[in-house]
Amino acid sequence: MTAPILILGTGLAGYNLAREIRKLDKSVPLVLVSRDDAPFYSKPMLSNALASGKSAATLVMKTAERMAEELDARILARRQVTAIDTSARQVSLQDGEVLPYRDLVLALGADPIRLPLDGDAAPEVLSVNDLDDFARFSARLDGARRVAILGGGLIGCEFANDMLARGIEPTVFDPAPWPLGRLLPEEAGAYFRAGLEAAGVVFRMGISAIGVDRQGATYRLRLSDGSVAEADLVLSAVGLRPRIGLAEAAAIQVGRGIVTDRHLASSAAGVSAIGDCAEVVGLSLPFVMPIMQQVRALAKTLTGTPTAVSYPAMPVLVKTPALPTVAAPPPAGLAGEWVLTHPEGGLEALFLTPDGSPAGFALLGAATSRKQVLAASLPAWL
Amino acid sequence: MKTFQCIVCGFIYDEAAGLPEEGLAPGTRWADIPDDWACPDCGVAKSDFEMVEI
Ligand SMILES: Cc1cc2nc3c(=O)[nH]c(=O)nc-3n(C[C@H](O)[C@H](O)[C@H](O)COP(=O)(O)OP(=O)(O)OC[C@H]3O[C@@H](n4cnc5c(N)ncnc54)[C@H](O)[C@@H]3O)c2cc1C
Ligand SMILES: [Zn+2]
Repeated sequence: MTAPILILGTGLAGYNLAREIRKLDKSVPLVLVSRDDAPFYSKPMLSNALASGKSAATLVMKTAERMAEELDARILARRQVTAIDTSARQVSLQDGEVLPYRDLVLALGADPIRLPLDGDAAPEVLSVNDLDDFARFSARLDGARRVAILGGGLIGCEFANDMLARGIEPTVFDPAPWPLGRLLPEEAGAYFRAGLEAAGVVFRMGISAIGVDRQGATYRLRLSDGSVAEADLVLSAVGLRPRIGLAEAAAIQVGRGIVTDRHLASSAAGVSAIGDCAEVVGLSLPFVMPIMQQVRALAKTLTGTPTAVSYPAMPVLVKTPALPTVAAPPPAGLAGEWVLTHPEGGLEALFLTPDGSPAGFALLGAATSRKQVLAASLPAWL
Repeated sequence: MKTFQCIVCGFIYDEAAGLPEEGLAPGTRWADIPDDWACPDCGVAKSDFEMVEI
C-alpha cells in the first residue's frame, strides 16, 4: 500500500485542501488528524453566532464521519500529534500510533496569545478560537450582563458587536489609540469606534489590563491607568501565534510561522504548511481567502502539477453589522499617504503611493459597496 | 426566491437582493450564476455553497 497524503489539522485549511485534492484525484489515499472532534465548521461564524442564533452544536456543518465519507478519507478525531520524523516520513500520536506519509501537510492553526495577567481569576479569562472554546464561552454567557473584551482588533470588535444581540454591555480595552489599528488609519478608526459606540459598545482605548481578580460572582479588572472595572465575563482577543512547536522540534525551519516558499514547501522534503500556522514567503495572513489560494495551489502540486501560490490583494471583512467595514491594508513599510473621502453614510480611506497609485484601502459604512472595484485596482500581494 | 450560504465563511447570497456590486441584478437565480463564480468574501467556488432555509 502506498503511504498517504497526511494532513495534520481539520480546520478550514486542512479540510479545504482535502476537498481540492479530491476534485483532482479520486484515489490517492488521504488521512487527516485532529485533536478535536474534527467537525467541519466555518470559524468566521464564531464571531457572529449570537446574532444569528447559532450554538456550538448548530455551527457544525458536517461531522467527521460525514466528511470521511464525502472525502473518501480516513479521519482520526480526538487524536493528538506529538512528533514528526521527517527522515522516516512518519508522525507519532500521543496514544503511540505511528502514521507513515508520502506527503505531510501541516495545517495546525494558531494559538490565542495569552496576556501575562496576574490575579486569582487570570486562568478564567476565555478566548474563542475554535468550537470547543465557543461552547465554553456561550455556556458562560448565560446570565452575563457586562463583558470585558481584551483587544480591539478584528476579533474583539466582532465579538463586541455580536454580544449586543444578546443584550450584553461589552467594553473593549486596548492599549492602542484606536480600534482595528492594524487595518484602519486613525480617522477611519475614530469613525469605526463612533459607529460601534452608537450601537452600545464601550471602548476604553489606551488602556490595558494588568490583572483579574474574583469578586463573588463577578470579576474585577485592574487596569493600567490605575482604575478598576467590573465584569461578569472576560474575553481575551489579543492576537494569535502560529503553532510552530511540532515543526520546530522536527528541525523544520520556523519564523513567526512555519516557513514556506511559494509552493507551500517547508524546509523539510515532503512537508508543506498552510493556514494559520504557515508563514508563506514572509507573509502570515490568518484569513480564509489566503487559505483558499493556498489549498488550490497545493492540491495541484500534490497531485502532480507543481503550482506556486499567488495572492491577489485580499480585503478583510470586519463582520460588525453596526458599521460594516472592509479593509485591505497597504504592505508594511510602503511609502504613501491616506486620502479620505466622506460619501453619504460612510468613509472611504485610500492609501496612495507617491506616484498616486492605490496600494490599500479602508471602507466603512456605505463606502463598502466600492470593495470590488477598489480591490481590483490594487497590486497583487504575491 | 431562495437564499444560499457559503459553508466556508458564512456569506449569504439572497436571490431577491442579488449582488449589484458584482453585476448580479436583484432577482438573479442561483442557477443562472456562472459556475466559475466565487464567493466575494472568501473566494470558494459556487459548488461549495449550500442552500439555507431562512
Ligand atoms: C472568531 C474568529 C473570526 C474570524 N473571522 C474571519 C473572517 O471573517 N474572515 C476571515 O477571512 N477569517 C476570519 N478568521 C480567521 C480564519 O477563521 C482562520 O484563518 C482559519 O479558520 C484558520 O484555519 P486553519 O485550518 O489554519 O486553523 P484551525 O481552524 O485552527 O485548525 C487547526 C487544526 O489543527 C488541529 N491541531 C492543532 N494541533 C494539533 C495537534 N498537536 N495534533 C492534532 N491536531 C492538532 C486542530 O484540532 C484543528 O483541527 C476568524 C477567526 C476567528 C477566531
Ligand atoms: Zn465564502
